[in-house]
Amino acid sequence: MDMNQYLSMFIDESNDHLQSLNENMLELENRPDDLGIVQVIFRSAHTLKGMAATMGFEDLSSLTHQMENVLDLVRNDKLKMQDFIFDTLFQSLDALQSMVQDITQGGEGKEDVSSIVASLQSIVRGDIAPSGQQSGAKAADKASSASGAAIRLDEFQYSVLEQSITEGHKVMYIEVAVREDCQLKAARAYLVFDLLERYGEIVKSHPSVQEIEQEQFDRSFSLYYITQKEAAELQGMIMNLSEIDSAQVALLDHETLSQLDSGIKEASVAVEAAEPTANNAEKPAAGSKAAKPEEGKTSARPSAVSAAPSRTIRVDIDRLDVLMNLFSELLIDRSRLEQLAYEVKRSDLTETVEHMSRVSSDLQNIVLKLRMVQIDSVFNRFPRMIRDLAKSLDKKIDLIIVGAETELDRTVIDEIGDPLVHLLRNAVDHGVEPLEERIAAGKPETGTVELRAFHSGNHVFIEIEDDGHGIDRDKVLAKALKNGVVTESEASTLTDEQVFMLLFAPGFSTAEVISDISGRGVGLDVVKTKIESLSGVVSVDSKLGKGTKFSVQLPLTLSIISAMLIKVGSEKYAIPLSSIVETGLIRREQIRKVHGYTMIPYRDSHIPLMSLAELFDVRDFDEKSEEETEIVVVRKGDRLAALTVEDFIGQNEIVIKNLGKYLPPVQGVAGATILGDGQVALIIDPNAFIK
Amino acid sequence: MGEEIKVIVFKLGQEEYGIEVDKVQTIERMMPITRVPKTFSFVKGVINLRGVVIPVIDLRGRFGLPEAEHSDQTRIIIVAANEMEVGFIVDSANDVIDLNSDSIDSPPDVVGGVKAKYLQGVARLSDERLLVMLNLSEVLNRSEIIQLESLEG
Repeated sequence: MDMNQYLSMFIDESNDHLQSLNENMLELENRPDDLGIVQVIFRSAHTLKGMAATMGFEDLSSLTHQMENVLDLVRNDKLKMQDFIFDTLFQSLDALQSMVQDITQGGEGKEDVSSIVASLQSIVRGDIAPSGQQSGAKAADKASSASGAAIRLDEFQYSVLEQSITEGHKVMYIEVAVREDCQLKAARAYLVFDLLERYGEIVKSHPSVQEIEQEQFDRSFSLYYITQKEAAELQGMIMNLSEIDSAQVALLDHETLSQLDSGIKEASVAVEAAEPTANNAEKPAAGSKAAKPEEGKTSARPSAVSAAPSRTIRVDIDRLDVLMNLFSELLIDRSRLEQLAYEVKRSDLTETVEHMSRVSSDLQNIVLKLRMVQIDSVFNRFPRMIRDLAKSLDKKIDLIIVGAETELDRTVIDEIGDPLVHLLRNAVDHGVEPLEERIAAGKPETGTVELRAFHSGNHVFIEIEDDGHGIDRDKVLAKALKNGVVTESEASTLTDEQVFMLLFAPGFSTAEVISDISGRGVGLDVVKTKIESLSGVVSVDSKLGKGTKFSVQLPLTLSIISAMLIKVGSEKYAIPLSSIVETGLIRREQIRKVHGYTMIPYRDSHIPLMSLAELFDVRDFDEKSEEETEIVVVRKGDRLAALTVEDFIGQNEIVIKNLGKYLPPVQGVAGATILGDGQVALIIDPNAFIK
Repeated sequence: MGEEIKVIVFKLGQEEYGIEVDKVQTIERMMPITRVPKTFSFVKGVINLRGVVIPVIDLRGRFGLPEAEHSDQTRIIIVAANEMEVGFIVDSANDVIDLNSDSIDSPPDVVGGVKAKYLQGVARLSDERLLVMLNLSEVLNRSEIIQLESLEG
């Protein structure tokens, strides 16, 4: 069978599962006694194993199998989680991750995991008695299966079933037998499970899913099932599957349930330590939902999860890009239509065009929303990273994540990961001080790093704040002087904020000891460049002894912006509205020359005035001949400047296009857009003019 | 044995040049070009080609030939190579011919003022008709532009 078509799905889902494994392991590390989490982890691992085996990635499935063995002991209370077990499990996760990575890049997913497997096995073996017991239990369990249908429910499953009945779900006891001449019993059984999982939740099956997968059952298997369907309907559907001999579906109420259960209990007192919960609700959706701790709790109650089937679909990114491009074309036509309608001046045409404009604005919102991704997809790998970092640096650090549900454009999401990793590493390595230093300073042993994301206006802010020793202004200045980043005379006039910004200068690093975590001196300037390439701004605020806060400001979207169209001579330009403070008129005599700069009075101060015609060598316009000149006041951070233009055309939604790969970057030009009349207008990047 | 290739023929002055057909996307009549400030003189600006912004260069200027007035014969040839799309302004473009790759000889040092490194070879079509094949990746070479930039800057 050709597996290629399933490969991308496999990779996506494996990554989801690995992510949730990572998160839940971290959660478990905090609360080692919470067996609920172990269940979730076990289920993720089990699904992963199943998928890998189906796809033929042997190494992947065998390693997950070993992990499962360990987890199995843990969840049955036969093994206490300990530090070294965590470490081994984390190592296994890393190995799994790199295998999946390899598969993503077209490899076979092969890797030498013998040492990890060996240590996992030794953990299992370290508890010889329980594992022996378990195999004994298995045998006993098998024996009991011969005696007929015997599903022993544990307390938890029993309560789930009871509750489901109370809540009005239908709880059924189903017995299915495959035909005697059936060749692939496991496959038939799988079809039954698959069918049932589509309409409800299987709480418990006998034999267990694992055993059924390995064809370790005779002809029949039985299960407890929660659904909304009618019993007869289900029976019909099961019988419709080929090679099924019989299917008996019995609807249970409180009474029959308790009867059935107690009857079985009596029958199987001997099998006290029987097979653990084989909750095979391992639908990928449930797995990824379990990614969040709070939802992890709800998934401990399968009935609640099954009630809400997943309402999302995966879409290829390329398709979204195509949609976006097509929509951009539509926007261009819309501008063109608006212009034509304005020229033709027919009221019914104008009305239609106006309506179309409104509809397309709504459409625009939706298309833009489609591209929005929760920043969680970037943040979710950080807890693990911080844990490892803190461990290797011998620090104790709590990472607090706030606002992981904040949404950002996909293009930004793809790019923002690396800079954030850098800033976080920075906070852990340079920010939070070593244990002794913290104790000496009277701070709690455990440092905190807070990662916050939130919306504000048309921007998304991401802040990284630590409670470390802060930035030492004098140290930074001394270093900057030594590295020649600033001169003595400049240094004396710098404000604190300006000094901190020196950290972002190329080739600057204050760490006295270069570690492999940060401090190669190539860090923060790369961060700054990257963020600026995303039209973002990064700033830093710090109090000595209290901590440091890096804040990154990013635009919500990068592809469609509001802009002011202006005219200079015969040329049209667009200025992003986000950087415009206001527009106005100045008279010639207001313009002053100060130190060779042209300045104009603005509010209570003077701001530099620049001529767009001069900056861009526009030949057919010269504002010097004008009595009064139109100006656009633009802003970069706190600094303002005015640009002279010939005329304002109006405000428009424009689609940002790049100038093509051939052209080298042009200073002051951020890109191009296509106007309603089909002409190209350049988009001005005012930041380039404000120094 | 050489293979048969299809070649778009265009003119700069009296000289005839060829570009392989699969490198050419379309040939357009002159259209409004938006000037891009602060770039090389041979970059005429950008055009809107059905929703895509494409830079346009004057091939005469690129080769250091004197620029000519645009006429109704002037065409923009949109080529795609090195993962870039660029428009070439040429004096005219009105022929597609079949050529055997064997008939392409290595170019002389300079043909009509164009340096040999921009050329792939010269094909003899008939006794008095020579066709100069362009080496597109060299014409579009950006590292050379960056050098030019530092010279001009």
